[in-house]
Amino acid sequence: MAVVTAPNPSEELISIGKTSQSDTVILRIARSNPVEGQESTYSEFKVPVKKWTTVLEAILYVKQNLDHTVAVRYSCRQASCGSCGMKINGKPSLACYTKVSELKSNIITVEPMNNFPIIRDLAVDFKQLISNHKKIKPFIINEESEVTPESKEFIQTPKDLEKFLQFSYCIKCGLCNSACPTMATDTSFIGPQGLAQAYRYVADNRDKGKKDRLKIVDDSHGIWRCHFAGSCSHVCPKGVDPAMAIQLLRGYMLGFQK
Amino acid sequence: MRESIIMKIHYGTALGAVALVAVHILMRMTQNFDQSLQYQNVIANYHFLPYALMLEAVLILLSVHGFNGLRVILLELKQGSTYEKMINYGSVAAMAILIAYGSRTILMAGMGIS
Amino acid sequence: MAERLSNREGIKGMANPTRYGIERVAYWLQRLTGLGLLAYLIGHIYETSTIVHGKIAWDQMLELTQTTQGHLFLTLVIGMCVFHTANGIRVMLGHGGIGVGKPGQPEYPYKAASLNYKQRLCIWVSIGLAALAMMYGASVLFGV
Repeated sequence: MAVVTAPNPSEELISIGKTSQSDTVILRIARSNPVEGQESTYSEFKVPVKKWTTVLEAILYVKQNLDHTVAVRYSCRQASCGSCGMKINGKPSLACYTKVSELKSNIITVEPMNNFPIIRDLAVDFKQLISNHKKIKPFIINEESEVTPESKEFIQTPKDLEKFLQFSYCIKCGLCNSACPTMATDTSFIGPQGLAQAYRYVADNRDKGKKDRLKIVDDSHGIWRCHFAGSCSHVCPKGVDPAMAIQLLRGYMLGFQK
Repeated sequence: MRESIIMKIHYGTALGAVALVAVHILMRMTQNFDQSLQYQNVIANYHFLPYALMLEAVLILLSVHGFNGLRVILLELKQGSTYEKMINYGSVAAMAILIAYGSRTILMAGMGIS
Repeated sequence: MAERLSNREGIKGMANPTRYGIERVAYWLQRLTGLGLLAYLIGHIYETSTIVHGKIAWDQMLELTQTTQGHLFLTLVIGMCVFHTANGIRVMLGHGGIGVGKPGQPEYPYKAASLNYKQRLCIWVSIGLAALAMMYGASVLFGV
């Protein structure tokens, strides 16, 4: 669990004077508790920040020193786990990966990611993302995957690997689903995360389940509800580029790709 | 009908409509704009069989493309099996009504019935 | 209540063209122009159907449409049509996997290959062509 130590009050006073090293920002945190029927409100906090302070550090400062009840999900603090996805000044981002200084604003508003049910405050429910991910069968489908004395490894050249490697970097943070305009209204849509993962396996030469997966995504709420708005790729923190994956998958279905 | 077939039709009608609407607009430009809208000139267009057939084709292509697009937007806005069935059948009905009404104009004008 | 619990952005989110770059604006304009063109198609089919009622009915319809407002509306339709067509072709090619880049090893700062200069250029070209078509259409309609 991350530990953020609050600066010494005297250090704080000195550091405010040195405006080039430290500053304060207003952190507005969306607060809600749907289970208890609490409507969404905003709590404002004055948070001292330095040059490299991330939004997650600012939130944890609040949690440690000002309001222990703020609910936030986080873990690795290094954009590997995908836990701290939230809306920061209106755009879905990872809190640990977003520096306060790059937002170029004295007021930072953090809200829970859109298109995910809110559990409390900034923590959202990932049930639908996980079920959509499971739906596309996120594993290698190959009859020869049972290990026998005669088995050999599946041959995969660097060129074969390059075809799907980038899409395997998905950390299931859900930012793409939050940014997607179709997800904003379509509750049955698989979502950019699921569709990109479907392509990750279709493009993997070890996988023989292309037909199954194409049948799953060929649905009125499947791949055809993507309109290449590109917002998913715009917000992806790992360079997975789900928009590219979805268009390449569609290319298979339209016969442009083999 | 599978969604992939519907979308292939959507793309096909789009490409067809682009070509034929371009012809339709260019035909308007063979004469001065005001002249091209005169009653006798418009009727003459309907009497010219290839042009009348082209107009029919444009009508069908654009109705299918347009109402399928509307169907997609409406399906994304709300979900549910009854609602979706209603939208699917409603779109087909709207296509049919528009094509029928437009075809009536082309037939009657083409056959000189007024 | 269920919608509030699901925290979906709703139509406001779908119809918001800001925050995500020019591609999101193009998506929003494509939808808007599509709906506009469908409405125009229905109106146009009705408008042209007056020809079966004879010259007087046709001329009456022309009096309604061949006005300044009518010409302005038609100019807008020309722009919508050209944008929807040009952007639609870009989107169709993208849907086929053309012009969306090739998979590779993502490098920091992880710029998405699918949101490349080709896509942005095509969007601006679509907007430019629509503007040019509107100017030409206005010059024909207003007899300039």
